[in-house]
Amino acid sequence: MTLTPLTADIAVWRTNILDRLASNRFASLFATAPPESDLRLTALLASAGSIDAIDVAVPRGSTSYPALSAVVPAASWYERKIHDLFGLEPLGHPRLDPLILPLREAQPRPLPGQRSAIPPLTPDEAAIPSRVLGHGVFTIPHGPVRSGVYESVEYLVETPGEDIPYVGIRVFAKHRGIERRFEDLDVSDGVLLAERVEGIASVAHALAFCHAVEDLAGVIPSPRDRSVRVIFAELERIANHLDVALKLADAAGLAVAVSRFGYHKERILRLIGAACGSRFGRGVVVPGGIGCEPAISPNALLTRLDDILREVFADADLLMQTPSFLDRLRGTGPLDPALARRHGALGPIGRASGFDDDDRWHRPYDEYSDLPQFPAVSSGSGDALARLEIRWSEIRSSAELIRQAVAHIAALSAPTAEPADVPAAIDRISGRGIGWAEAPQGEVVYVVECDDGRISRCAPRSASFHNLVLFHDVFAGDILTDFPFIEASFGLSIAGVAL
Amino acid sequence: MPWFTRGRRRVTSRWPAHPDSYRDTFPGAVTPIDRPGEAVPAEIPAVCPTGAISRDGDRLHVDQGRCILCHRCVRQYPERFRFTIPAPAAHRDLLVVPALPETDDALAAVRAELARRTRLLRRSIHVRHVDAGSDGADEWEVLALLNPVYDIHRLGIFFTASPRHADVLLVTGVGSRGMAAPLARTLQAAPRPLVVIAAGTDAISGGLVHPTYATSGGIGDLIAATPDSAGATGAADGDPVRVDIWVPGSPPTPFALLHALLLAMGRLQ
Repeated sequence: MTLTPLTADIAVWRTNILDRLASNRFASLFATAPPESDLRLTALLASAGSIDAIDVAVPRGSTSYPALSAVVPAASWYERKIHDLFGLEPLGHPRLDPLILPLREAQPRPLPGQRSAIPPLTPDEAAIPSRVLGHGVFTIPHGPVRSGVYESVEYLVETPGEDIPYVGIRVFAKHRGIERRFEDLDVSDGVLLAERVEGIASVAHALAFCHAVEDLAGVIPSPRDRSVRVIFAELERIANHLDVALKLADAAGLAVAVSRFGYHKERILRLIGAACGSRFGRGVVVPGGIGCEPAISPNALLTRLDDILREVFADADLLMQTPSFLDRLRGTGPLDPALARRHGALGPIGRASGFDDDDRWHRPYDEYSDLPQFPAVSSGSGDALARLEIRWSEIRSSAELIRQAVAHIAALSAPTAEPADVPAAIDRISGRGIGWAEAPQGEVVYVVECDDGRISRCAPRSASFHNLVLFHDVFAGDILTDFPFIEASFGLSIAGVAL
Repeated sequence: MPWFTRGRRRVTSRWPAHPDSYRDTFPGAVTPIDRPGEAVPAEIPAVCPTGAISRDGDRLHVDQGRCILCHRCVRQYPERFRFTIPAPAAHRDLLVVPALPETDDALAAVRAELARRTRLLRRSIHVRHVDAGSDGADEWEVLALLNPVYDIHRLGIFFTASPRHADVLLVTGVGSRGMAAPLARTLQAAPRPLVVIAAGTDAISGGLVHPTYATSGGIGDLIAATPDSAGATGAADGDPVRVDIWVPGSPPTPFALLHALLLAMGRLQ
């Protein structure tokens, strides 16, 4: 494929990104189609302390641009998504199959940013080319409806019988068109939708959305609100990590361990529910602060948490001494540290492979800047076992962070009134804000553009989206029965991928 | 210390044979407080982001099939709304509380028809879960049914890997259009009688996520919109497939899901 000559702007944009990648991490790439004007490409780069946007306009009428993924492989899925949503072709892309919305060439595209009604679009499986690799290789379609209670995703496992040379990942069945749904909502409804982008990381998504809005409005929540946010974010992390332990134990057929971790997870969800009325921490984080005072006192919360975690750690210690379990995880699904670094693997997956870029410490938000740091301790072996070890250490640090946040709240005076509505400064904002938060899966980034208090474009990027592509690269030497361990050890949510 | 010494304390709920305090106190649904003779301020319905609140003279109604439990109404008008236990229903109109007067007649027929199908399912059922565009939280709550607190095996309820063994189809999610064909194939593969449960506000009405170009207004719409719905989803005995039981909640609580499964078995009214 021949590359079209770069337009001056796009050439500068690309050079700019490549220069900055020497010290920054590629965080996201998305497009915006504002009504009556040029399409805009936006790359997000994470540096120490901030995440910045670099924009370029794609002239009206252009149907292609030179692919960034030709030089930045981590951009691969982002450009496939742009191709799906905008029909814009990144020339020189290594594998431009449809990803989240397969459509035939002639069909209209959703064009996020347009703020106008579009007809319903149904993903068309026939628009995805099918290919198999070699002699004797066949595909096992695994999903979207498959054994167990899982989100809809189809893994097309290409195999000669035992080994897995290639896994195709199809997430489009779950595509909900979320980015268009944000348009024209006001920010107080927008945060409710953000909580539903990736339901198991509701708090982190609400935080990232609110940070974007607060960044735009120049609002800083009160110290007390900032501490309460930390408590709920860390409880969410504990629940998610217990879910991973539960699913790994399930894959190994350890019935008692499954019951135990299921019970622990239930108690954490009940604790979150007792504190805010939602088992997923919804409604806690709102633009400008928090939406409700915790219904149980921080000290009572801490006591209950300590009771739960005492049993969690006893069971975790036993699990990590169970040879039949460890045998299945050790050396399974290894993620190469060099790849983790090059891709900028997020969250526990990156940390288990020795790459740690935790928003809580590197770009602190809310109360994290005043809390002690807990850099991840990892053997760096990058296998399923290392990913689980990282999660245990994160549960321990979450408990400590909650303890400190509770202490901070105790030192502050009690609130004089119920939390007020959205501050006036946020009501009528215009412009663009960028916000981030460290979800249990890794960094979540939101770019929110508002026009007189109404959202004109919202581009959420979950850690699940950024990390799921690494699934392709971790099956070296693994066989079919390792699949559930690798999937569980990633701990991702498909809702946050397909949007 | 080996695993067999762990978890010998009883943690399992005794519901439905005995009340469960967690079920009775969890704020899983919103109901208006009736204040006869008092005028309802016109601005109240506008507090709801999904339009679940309506006003009819001096009465307020909440459509729990649209409510996403954002708690805004209860926080802003605590004298008008309160939290209650979510009650799965065998008729969509029953999710509007207090009930609209015209609901009663249709209901009797629906109940009788459901009872006819569930007669065989009373003792034990196998459930097939299908995600049709959930946010992921719904799956956590469905999975929770297997933990020792809810332990649905004690009630003869099991999840099955294959739709061919399913008595009940438990469908979550907003009804993403990409799931229309897989859902139709699942429905076609399932034997009859079959009970279809729409689990959660997303599955009932599309919740806050609908409308977009990629969603239906819930599972009922998704089934109806399948191109060859008559052929693909039509039952062998000629009954058209439709949603039988509606479970409010965003996501539905495990107790609400359990309640719905017991309804599907004809063990609860």
